[in-house]
Amino acid sequence: MSYLILYGEEYEEIKKILSELKEETGARVALIVEKNGQPIAFSGEMDGVDTTSLGSLVAGNVAATEGLARLLGEQGFALMFNEGQNENLHINLIERKFILAVLFDKRTSLGLVRLRAKNASVKLEKVFTKLEAKMEKEHRKMGEKESPFEDISEDDIEKLFK
Amino acid sequence: MALLNPRLRELISKIVYYGPGLGGKTTNLKYIFDHTSPTTRGELITLNTEGDRTLYFDVLPLNLGTIKGYKIRFQLYTVPGQVFYSESRKIILRGVDGVVFVADSQAERLDANIESIEDLQENLREYDYSFADLPYVLQLNKRDLPNVVSADEMKKLLILKGEPVVESIAIRGVGVMETLKQAAKLVLIKLKKEMR
Repeated sequence: MSYLILYGEEYEEIKKILSELKEETGARVALIVEKNGQPIAFSGEMDGVDTTSLGSLVAGNVAATEGLARLLGEQGFALMFNEGQNENLHINLIERKFILAVLFDKRTSLGLVRLRAKNASVKLEKVFTKLEAKMEKEHRKMGEKESPFEDISEDDIEKLFK
Repeated sequence: MALLNPRLRELISKIVYYGPGLGGKTTNLKYIFDHTSPTTRGELITLNTEGDRTLYFDVLPLNLGTIKGYKIRFQLYTVPGQVFYSESRKIILRGVDGVVFVADSQAERLDANIESIEDLQENLREYDYSFADLPYVLQLNKRDLPNVVSADEMKKLLILKGEPVVESIAIRGVGVMETLKQAAKLVLIKLKKEMR
């Protein structure tokens, strides 16, 4: 399948897990990105940071690190940590398909973020497994309510460029 | 892989601008960035070498508008064109929904175009993506230069499956939006078919 549908129920579950992770750790932002760079959901204050750009760069970072791992004969590096003067970024993979990124500052510690991110990842993994199963089962039944494409015309597309 | 979020009523797809080095891929994105309202697009992120060549990728998030109440968003990527960045190109192609091939019309770059198209197909094969099913647009760029191969000749050599062809001068914006429109159209039509 060349697309992913984030059904409302699972989307809310993902947001809740991210929100809990953010609260438990005192992090600024918790973000889920699909490995191809699509931002899925986030919790926290982005302060004008473009989540789409952030998603692309996080995914690019993960992809480059994976390339590096392969070159070194590793299957992958499941965890990455970027330390800045004020902000730190903790990144880990979920099911090898999704990326959990946690942006945090001095108000919390790497150890706590690492521990809670691991717990959140287990929960998120379950949601994504459920989401995939649901997509398999339901995508053909998706009616107009869910799909904007049922009666899309070339005219509709033309209008996007006017 | 396009992402459909019914709760947020948005669809995000990924279009990759592919082609030989110095062919004008980044120029396409820069023109789109400069000629769209800041409210409809994000930042243009470029990961360049010191010599201003694309090192890893450029990415531009763009909101095209709405269809049936859904926000239609695209992430436009370029790949580094230089031959030795093959691994980076492969990474960027992952999950692609549509490709624009930016061909350099100059006679001396003809071989580079062919080599890059072959590289594209090889990389798609590695992901098991079907080129036959891929929304794909061919852009013949730099049509203003004196030493260009005729458009007919280029089409003969580069058209692979009856894809739309747009002649362009990306640096002046000629054909840039038309190319994007053609690619967006093909992506949306493919998604429409798949979601039925």
